[in-house]
Amino acid sequence: MASALFFYLFSVLAVASGASVILTKNPVHAVLFLILAFFNAAGLFVLLNAEFLAMLLVIVYVGAVSVLFLFVVMMLDVDFAELKAGFIKNAKIGALIGGLVLVELLALVGYKGLAVSPVMSPSSPVPAADSGITNTRALGEILYTKYVYYFEGAGLILLVAMIGAIVLTLKHRKGVKRQSISAQVARGPATGLEVVKVPSGGSVIPPPAKHPEAAE
Amino acid sequence: MMDLTSQYLPIAIFIGVALFIGGALMVAPFLVAVRNPDPEKVSAYECGFNAFDDARMKFDVRFYLVSILFIIFDLEIAFLFPWAAAFREIGVFGFWSMMVFLGVLTIGFIYEWKKGALEWD
Repeated sequence: MASALFFYLFSVLAVASGASVILTKNPVHAVLFLILAFFNAAGLFVLLNAEFLAMLLVIVYVGAVSVLFLFVVMMLDVDFAELKAGFIKNAKIGALIGGLVLVELLALVGYKGLAVSPVMSPSSPVPAADSGITNTRALGEILYTKYVYYFEGAGLILLVAMIGAIVLTLKHRKGVKRQSISAQVARGPATGLEVVKVPSGGSVIPPPAKHPEAAE
Repeated sequence: MMDLTSQYLPIAIFIGVALFIGGALMVAPFLVAVRNPDPEKVSAYECGFNAFDDARMKFDVRFYLVSILFIIFDLEIAFLFPWAAAFREIGVFGFWSMMVFLGVLTIGFIYEWKKGALEWD
């Protein structure tokens, strides 16, 4: 009873906020509605007993991915008049793609019907509640042994993402002086101090001799 | 299923209380506060002079780099939780599979460090 109530609460909110994502004019509001949709999806995962996935959704999607989306929205510097012009220009292609997806969905519904199919996999993905095994532990017991190739593949994908982000976005500006702690610590009287002879009566200070740090 | 709902009941109550307080604080000014706006009051305040331009300005792309690196290490940590929870069962093989995973990501971390992606200019 209570879980049915929460299911309808979460799913109605998820669908409503998902619709708001594409209907709101302001892209920042759209990202905030997306965060609400993530939260409701996490609630649905909790109702499915997939607690680890629910917490992961909150940590990764709400905590990190939405921040990334906000950065992208901020970086785009959205011009609304230009957006409207682009809408009319690309309307044909958009209608074509949207129509294709609609036809596919209708064909799927017409073929399979709207009824929910019974559980696909023969073994239940969630351990029985009375076995004393938590959801996180049940995942851990198979992820690192049975599905080890997928796990290492995930590691490689993360590595590619890291290197790709660095290659695409990292640009060092020229002529920026960075702090070099080892050079600072190694600096002593021999390299940092110089005695110059100033001719009496003159106001000209001779230029310093070439030091490794002065040459930088 | 009843068991699960009762386990998460405190969190649901907390969310309800938070929504109530947040909603009350948002609605109360409309009901209570005196509103008497004029163009100077509702204009953006920028410390004495007129506002230069819109607050929506472009971000430096390096913020994006920092946050995507954060996501990657966030996911790496997320993989550690089930590993720790099932550490007794998965044995030596599970231990070394995680070590290989961490090794792969450490290669990326070394690359990142050497490229200077962790430094701000």
